[in-house]
Amino acid sequence: MTETLAEDELEPIETLSLPLDAWHRANGARMVEFAGYHMPIQYEGIMAEHLWVREAAGLFDVSHMGQLRIAGPNVVEALEALLPADVAGLGEGRQRYSLLLADDGGILDDLMLARLPAGDPLGEGEGAFYMVVNGATKWDDMAHLRERLDDAITLNLLDERALLALQGPKAVEVLDRLVPGVAALGFMQAGAFDWNGAALWISRSGYTGEDGFEISVPEDAVEALADALVAEPEVKPIGLGARDSLRLEAGLPLYGHDLTPETTPVEADLGFALSKRRRDAGGFPGAERVLGEHAGGSAMKRVGVIVEGRQPVREGALVVDGEGAPIGRVTSGGFAPSVGQPIAIAFVPAALAVPGTDLTLLQRGKPHAARVVPMPFVPHRYVRKGAPK
Amino acid sequence: MTRYFTDEHEWIEVEGDTATVGITDYAQAQLGDIVFVEVPEQGRDVAKGGEAAVVESVKAASDVYAPVTGTVVEGNAALTDDPSLVNSDPEGAGWFFKLTLGDRGELDGLMDEAAYKAFVATL
Repeated sequence: MTETLAEDELEPIETLSLPLDAWHRANGARMVEFAGYHMPIQYEGIMAEHLWVREAAGLFDVSHMGQLRIAGPNVVEALEALLPADVAGLGEGRQRYSLLLADDGGILDDLMLARLPAGDPLGEGEGAFYMVVNGATKWDDMAHLRERLDDAITLNLLDERALLALQGPKAVEVLDRLVPGVAALGFMQAGAFDWNGAALWISRSGYTGEDGFEISVPEDAVEALADALVAEPEVKPIGLGARDSLRLEAGLPLYGHDLTPETTPVEADLGFALSKRRRDAGGFPGAERVLGEHAGGSAMKRVGVIVEGRQPVREGALVVDGEGAPIGRVTSGGFAPSVGQPIAIAFVPAALAVPGTDLTLLQRGKPHAARVVPMPFVPHRYVRKGAPK
Repeated sequence: MTRYFTDEHEWIEVEGDTATVGITDYAQAQLGDIVFVEVPEQGRDVAKGGEAAVVESVKAASDVYAPVTGTVVEGNAALTDDPSLVNSDPEGAGWFFKLTLGDRGELDGLMDEAAYKAFVATL
């Protein structure tokens, strides 16, 4: 018996350990290499962990991701030259999903950007931004940013901080018990909090489709905070396996799989990440191509599909036409524990990107019937408060 | 009845000229939650070391190889409705297929239970 489809991308370089490495092992995690680090893939089992997050609260360690602090003169204009987001319109303590774009409009990474308040816990000086980027791309992202940002702008990798995510419908009551005040945050709002003398930066966000929080914490306090969280009856530690099945059910794209430098924001169905003011004014990398696709449509489109039967159809399977010729491809796929059947994300010709359209997927020579459906596969349960985004 | 094991974590239990094949408890634990099993059809000829079945966990697909050469006489239909039998009873009700042995001599190269346990202990 041998695995034919690798479940993670092995990195040829030295594999590093993150602050919670021993904690994961002590809590029974099975560790794998991911994005250059030893990471927990699962604890008791992906299915049980997935369903626990949908019903209660799961604690994820996402410390492999890059936490950046960007500050300096004209930082707003500098970021707007690299991202299609309305950075100028982002208030203090507000967070937004955005995309790092190449000059041809291809996606170099997807990320979260927040404006830090005055007296922020992450550094000295005012007018700074906090950015979270993917672990596998963080070094390339930093090189890209450093090359294009003025020398007067500082770009710091906050590698002395860990990043936890607490996700699920009970996350808010648990975290507000430990860190009073976080319940006042709405989806995509963030703030500075104190926990036992540790300066936390907490946003109400995540990548599971559930309500929840991402918690930036100094690495010397992360083990105590993780212990305190899993001591609460609603919380269990959750591995990357369930993180992937949760984000797939939530219809959220994964960088390196559903998003690549060959993918544009419109193809990826991320038009919401193109802020209205930026659509009108342009001035971001690849704006001509991206705005042309936004107005006139792209040739290919990212869609969700439900696969008939029980067999999962995975990344790399082809979408084929009636004659068996390839016309698209599956970029994420697997068994959806909360849906109870296999689901996938695929790129298909725009004419087929209509819910209800029947598709044929070809995996290892075997055809699978599938149907385009609206995403998310499981409704989002974000808690929106306060000002409109 | 004698049970043999492969270093690819299949087990094969031989009774007369026929044998039952499945994956070991170690293998199912490594795979995690099994969501789909594709077993070979009756009458299919399988070759020792050749692909005979596919087992899919939440995360990944894996091939299951035939421990010996033979002809499939039955696939385990129960796995169609309940693939998790492979997790709950891998070396019993979670069997994959039965075959008639093509060459009994091939059994000589397989491990017995003690040898397999020792092998797993080194992993």
